[in-house]
Amino acid sequence: MSTLEPLERMAEPWDAGSSGSMHALAPEVPSPIVPSGSIAGRALTAVIAILTFLAALTTGAMMMVVGSASDWQSDVSREVTIQVRPVSGRDIDADVRAAIDIAQGTAGIAQVRAFTKQESAQLIEPWLGSGLVLSDLPIPRMIVVKLLSGARPDFAAMGKTLAAKVPSATLDDHRGWIARMRAMAETAVAIGAAILALVLAVTVLSVTFATRGAMATNQAIVEVLHYVGATDSFIAKQFQRHFLLLGLKGGAIGGGAAIALFGLIEAINVWLLGTPGGDEAAALFGSFSVGIPGYIAILVLIVLMAVATALTSRRTVNQTLDRIERE
Amino acid sequence: MIRFENVGLRYGLGPEILRDLSFSIDRHSFQFLTGPSGAGKTSLLRMMFLLLRPTRGLITMFDRDTATIDKDRRAALRRRIGIVFQDFRLLDHLTTYENVSLPLRVLGKDEASYRHEVVELLHWVGLGERMGALPPVLSGGEKQRAAIARAVIARPQLLLADEPTGNVDPNLGQRLLRLFIELYKSGTSVVIATHDIALMDEYDARRLVLHEGRLHVYD
Ligand SMILES: Nc1ncnc2c1ncn2[C@@H]1O[C@H](COP(=O)(O)OP(=O)(O)OP(=O)(O)O)[C@@H](O)[C@H]1O
Ligand SMILES: [Mg+2]
Repeated sequence: MSTLEPLERMAEPWDAGSSGSMHALAPEVPSPIVPSGSIAGRALTAVIAILTFLAALTTGAMMMVVGSASDWQSDVSREVTIQVRPVSGRDIDADVRAAIDIAQGTAGIAQVRAFTKQESAQLIEPWLGSGLVLSDLPIPRMIVVKLLSGARPDFAAMGKTLAAKVPSATLDDHRGWIARMRAMAETAVAIGAAILALVLAVTVLSVTFATRGAMATNQAIVEVLHYVGATDSFIAKQFQRHFLLLGLKGGAIGGGAAIALFGLIEAINVWLLGTPGGDEAAALFGSFSVGIPGYIAILVLIVLMAVATALTSRRTVNQTLDRIERE
Repeated sequence: MIRFENVGLRYGLGPEILRDLSFSIDRHSFQFLTGPSGAGKTSLLRMMFLLLRPTRGLITMFDRDTATIDKDRRAALRRRIGIVFQDFRLLDHLTTYENVSLPLRVLGKDEASYRHEVVELLHWVGLGERMGALPPVLSGGEKQRAAIARAVIARPQLLLADEPTGNVDPNLGQRLLRLFIELYKSGTSVVIATHDIALMDEYDARRLVLHEGRLHVYD
């Protein structure tokens, strides 16, 4: 490192009376080259926070819809029912027992339970009123067949066997329901994905423009750094680091708020669970939880914001430098 | 060190504001660049600093044709030149000390390695007491001296100064001129653009005079 020798040797051009306080005023910690607390920077942080919050809400809502849709679907598809009709000349109890045997003999079945006469009666009580003498009425009997999770029993074969051995029994595997559920769930997921894609696109575009706006005030800094001999990569790095932090901060505020909100909803939901209203809501909306994937998606969103911000600042720096060099 | 051959410059589709410039700036030389306002002094300095490409002609710098070198080489050449802009171009959020040390800082040097040197230079230009001040609170003359200090801190081989006495009283102007002369004596080539006749009369040096787009050299 060269010293100031040639300058020292000559006469002081300036009244050097103050050299006693040589190092007194030099600041201890150098200021960042990109100013940290600018108004444009704060505005950008706010914009990113709000956009991240909205995008996170959309993401969470979509996760809930998708989760609920598949919950309904799996709830419905986890069991099938066999209905045994009373037919004159046949012993309904024997028919029920035979049907139970056939069901239990099928692979992939977890549990088979026949509704007792009493229970069956309770099912139709709302229509017929209580206090009837049930033994007098020909009440169909229900057998609920619960499937092993993930199993896909051969219902076609089971139906055939039933038809052959117990003609009074019919198998309802809810196929129509499931098909409709699946269609609904798929539609919900598709709409959700489309909305999410739009929201994300708008968010990233807005962050890009907001970053450009904030960068406009930094053009002079880019120029000066260039003039005093900084390399392009040095300049780009300064801005990229600054804007990455800025984006992370905004994203963390917005994403954090969304996570807190979802956490609160979940807590309230758990608290309400068991109350009649809560049960109904749970039946309709599923668990009200965005789940671990939802929270992960929000974290990814925060990082996405920060990266979009940092890359935009870098691109703006490079454009500024190109413009300077092109003249 | 810098050689212009038949250089012409026009902005966009406008008229040619500089025509057929042929001259050179030698190693260890001192010269004034003068001419009326709007004559093209700033434009010429910008060409010398490689911020502006000539519309025609050849500029050779440190024995290289500046038209054919790439961006990185241009940046490297520029690092050997210090420039004082007419409007200073100090960064308002950095202290005087930080502004002056910027050329060393952007080279990735450790602050401890240049601290002493910067402090010494600041004292030398009379800003010893203003090291911690931000440019917005500096006077015009103080800004001028900070800009000059920044231009010379990295020990350039060539110093280009655009109206370095334009914002100060004659007394301060003379002191700044002495500063440039000392730099010249310590080995730096100096080009001072000015239209201050009184200043030029202070020191007998080569004059490059721009007049109606042409350059007249008075050695
Ligand atoms: N970026 C530009 N685009 C178009 N014309 C320009 C540009 N910069 C300068 N000019 C024109 O070029 C001419 C020379 O300008 P320049 O700034 O080089 O003059 P100058 O000698 O430095 O003047 P001054 O003494 O007032 O600083 C002027 O007519 C000016 O209007
Ligand atoms: Mg000028």
